Amino acid sequence: MKFKGTVTVWLKEGIFDPQGAAVKGSLEAMGFKEVEKVRIGKNIVISLDAENALEAKDLLEQMARKLLANPVTEAYRVHVEEEKAGAER
Amino acid sequence: MKFGVVVFPGSNCDSDAYHVIKDVIGVDCEYVWHETRDLSDFQALVLPGGFSYGDYLRCGALARFSPVMDSVYRFVDEGKLVIGICNGFQILLEAGLLPGAMLSNNVLEFRCQWVNLRVENTKTPFTCLYEPGEVIRVPIAHHEGNYYAEPEVLEELERTGRVVLRYVDASGNPTAEANPNGAAHNIAGIINEKGNVFGLMPHPERCSESILGSRDGRRVFLSMIKSLETGALLS
Amino acid sequence: MAEISQTAPWREMGLKDSEYELIKERLGREPNYTELGMFAVLWSEHCAYKHSKPLLKTLPTKGPAVLVGPGENAGVVDIGDNLACAFKIESHNHPSAVEPYQGAATGIGGIVRDILAMGARPVLLLDSLRFGPPEDPKTKFLFGGVVSGIAGYGNCLGIPTVGGEVFFAKPYAGNPLVNVLCGGIMKHEDLHKGGAYGVGNVVMVVGHSTGRDGIHGCTFASDVLDDDSESKRINVQVGDPFMEKLLIEACLEMMACGAVVGIQDMGAAGLTSSCAETAARAGTGLVIDIGKVPMREEGMNAYEVMLSESQERMLLIVSADKVDEVKRIGAKWGLHAAEIGRVTDSGNLEVLHNGVLEASIPVSLLAMGAPEYTPEAREPEYLRKTREFSGESVRAPEFSEMKGILLKLLASPNIASKEPVFRQYDYMVRTDTVEGPGRGAAVLRIKGTKKGLVFTTDCNGRLVYLNPKAGAAWAVTEAALNVAVTGAKPLAITNCLNFGSPENPEVYWQLKEAVQGMAEACKALETPVTGGNVSLYNESDGEAIYPTPIVGMLGLCEDIEKRITPGFKNAGDLVAVLGKVWGDARSLSGSEYLEVAHGMVAGDPREPALDLARGIIEVLTECAREGVLSSAQDLSEGGLLVALAESCIHGEEGARGCAMSPKALGCGGREDIRADAMLFGETNTAVVVSFAASNEEQVAHICRQNNVPFAVIGRVQESALAVDTCGGLRVLEVPTDEIAHAYSHGLEDSLRG
Repeated sequence: MKFKGTVTVWLKEGIFDPQGAAVKGSLEAMGFKEVEKVRIGKNIVISLDAENALEAKDLLEQMARKLLANPVTEAYRVHVEEEKAGAER
Repeated sequence: MKFGVVVFPGSNCDSDAYHVIKDVIGVDCEYVWHETRDLSDFQALVLPGGFSYGDYLRCGALARFSPVMDSVYRFVDEGKLVIGICNGFQILLEAGLLPGAMLSNNVLEFRCQWVNLRVENTKTPFTCLYEPGEVIRVPIAHHEGNYYAEPEVLEELERTGRVVLRYVDASGNPTAEANPNGAAHNIAGIINEKGNVFGLMPHPERCSESILGSRDGRRVFLSMIKSLETGALLS
Repeated sequence: MAEISQTAPWREMGLKDSEYELIKERLGREPNYTELGMFAVLWSEHCAYKHSKPLLKTLPTKGPAVLVGPGENAGVVDIGDNLACAFKIESHNHPSAVEPYQGAATGIGGIVRDILAMGARPVLLLDSLRFGPPEDPKTKFLFGGVVSGIAGYGNCLGIPTVGGEVFFAKPYAGNPLVNVLCGGIMKHEDLHKGGAYGVGNVVMVVGHSTGRDGIHGCTFASDVLDDDSESKRINVQVGDPFMEKLLIEACLEMMACGAVVGIQDMGAAGLTSSCAETAARAGTGLVIDIGKVPMREEGMNAYEVMLSESQERMLLIVSADKVDEVKRIGAKWGLHAAEIGRVTDSGNLEVLHNGVLEASIPVSLLAMGAPEYTPEAREPEYLRKTREFSGESVRAPEFSEMKGILLKLLASPNIASKEPVFRQYDYMVRTDTVEGPGRGAAVLRIKGTKKGLVFTTDCNGRLVYLNPKAGAAWAVTEAALNVAVTGAKPLAITNCLNFGSPENPEVYWQLKEAVQGMAEACKALETPVTGGNVSLYNESDGEAIYPTPIVGMLGLCEDIEKRITPGFKNAGDLVAVLGKVWGDARSLSGSEYLEVAHGMVAGDPREPALDLARGIIEVLTECAREGVLSSAQDLSEGGLLVALAESCIHGEEGARGCAMSPKALGCGGREDIRADAMLFGETNTAVVVSFAASNEEQVAHICRQNNVPFAVIGRVQESALAVDTCGGLRVLEVPTDEIAHAYSHGLEDSLRG
């Protein structure tokens, strides 16, 4: 089965995120006084073949641990959904 | 004695390191393609600066999976010397050969400039020709040189003298203003527990000839040569 | 086919009706849609120089050191020791206006591939940038994006960005200029050219796969910027510097193994221009099958493949027996190296798509058949007003105001230190940078020799605006003096002519005059033009930019250990002016002082004294050989006092000051002399030097021999800049720390403001 996995990687809590701080500053300057915190991360979207969603998630977790995130500084979250045939180019 | 300079796709300070070792100092040196697995010819390896794999995903994250890295682990186990400069340091961190990780410079910009460094530990094979506490002038050029490690790790590094180089001002004080990238404890270079793997963000190969404004970096390579000649640290 | 004539798609592609008729007539039939697209890109101003070619022919292009002149991917100049330097400057203005990061980044990528295509290893970059006023929020956006784009791409390649300039002025607000110069070094025998020679040789595409990006980029470059331009972002390509780095290494290896007969960058107009130009140069034809081109998107048709401007691709003409070798090297570096066709003797570019003929056009018609235009030229209306300027309209400041004016000038973003820019560039990688950015011309050693390459870019658009002929001659002269103050000999130039729409008679007049001024200066200073680029239609909201003919100059330093630098070295050294400082009202024309202190852009700048400039260059090179100078600095924006201030700021510890009086310049008793013009006036053909008192006679002698006026105006002192009148009155005295502070914080403060 085809799955679409999204691995979201961002700096761990407690590690200063200067990009996030800069964006927060700009948002506030633009008048978005409601902003409390901004953290910047990245989404890595992976299409893959797996027996079932559980296996897909397990594979993605392995990828995240071994390569996609650096455990010293980064946290990650894995999200899996079934890929609808022909939905995307 | 032979040095190897590892060439990853995207390395760009490989020829600079080679030039200093081979042409300036006059020690045998060879490029080592990242697919090479046999490192038996070499006593010392340089992981050079640059943008291995474009620094895509994270600096050094993809290079650490190059075929040569399996052999680098063995090379380290055998007690041979490995120095990682700039991107090479980032690769050593990603490979787990040194502790910690790199964050983006706190100024959010690439920084190419001269910095002052204090040599904190001269009992290493990479710094044995410096005076303890000596302040040297060396260039940096990086976007991700903001060294980070857990507090326990930092404490351990400090306690065991493994912080080898620190960013300081001209009079040798590790001030916030002298820190170009936000690195924890003003750390510019660290060494592993065994003492044969050295990672540093500044570029000693860029200041090993007087025509380039400073020769302060040359003694890093000379120290390595001396240590290899005397075999002092290969215990 | 009938439908093409009815819907007239050529208009949207940027071709005029008359040009379409010409294509039809010369082709003997109606072109199909793909062919029309190919004509549209190659006949665009960007590729065909339709409005500038007749003018460009008047520039001197030959010289004893010129190995390759205009017409190839880059000029090549002999630098002795069997070495040659390939160099060229190119614009990426319009892409940078809509997407500054990628626009600037891909600009670097393109010029680097041009140098690579000559067989040289690219070893240095310079950027010449123009923006609107720094306090304008749009400028901040563009400036930030362009600088980080240059850094992001250039740093990754490991090619040091060693110099350039940044200039801010209102006319660039809607249309910034991003001109990038690349230089490379090679052995003579490694010289390659972009010719598809040898019938039967194989056409290969090396590098990135081809996508739909950047289709019609060069017709976009040949259009004026308007509100729609924002939506043209789709035209801007995305750069991949990692791929470019691999491409450089792979192509150098492919050339080194003797496989490559011809090589060309696939930049503007992609496959179409590289195929047509290589075949046209060799007088051959090509047949290619675009079904064999590695593609990154599905379902691309012939039109899209031929016009794609996907980055990081090179076209190679390879000996038939070496194709496997090229493929092996491509694989080693992880690149596509695909065989897509053959060289033929048909004289046509034949494009097949999986065997079906999609286009067939004579390469000479495509590459060289575009019409040339000589538009109407008319002296601009505004000049009548700017020439009315006279000294009377400018209040002469009190002596007590002079210090404030000096500090304001040093902090002006056009004069202030550009360190906030260049510290983002890796200017030291390759360990050849001996004099980096921020101190005039860049000096790079050539390993294995005593020599140094010297590079600079120059152009003051404000002077060109006020007097195009004089201003363009100044761009050449200033570049030459910039090179010469290092002790090097100016060898040759590359130029990038940035102007508004040539269809506006006033703009065309500016272009015509500027080219004439440039030609005269290049002839006089014996620095031929080896290539470059023309960027027209630099307008936004109907307003043209300052005419900006940027000059990139190459000089050669015979002995790098004997190079001269701008900073003072020893307290007690004598300070002298070599050349002519006018000191009269006319020298205020177009000066930074006039704009910063009086808010005026006016006057009629003098032309440079070319004979004198030549003499000064001779003097400097001889002084360098003899080792008699401690420092040298040319006079440009901010005039004499700013030049002295810079020599103080860059001075060695204990020699960061200067006490001077202009008495020796012959100002005493002359009524046309003004203090402000003496200190801050521009368009002086002059340099300031310092030397040990014991060398005075020798320096004076060398000047006399070359008919260069020589005047000792003061002495180097420890830590302050002091100016007295001819009569001995103190005009100002400032601690060097204070002027250094203004100079180093000026740019950041203006951008913040």
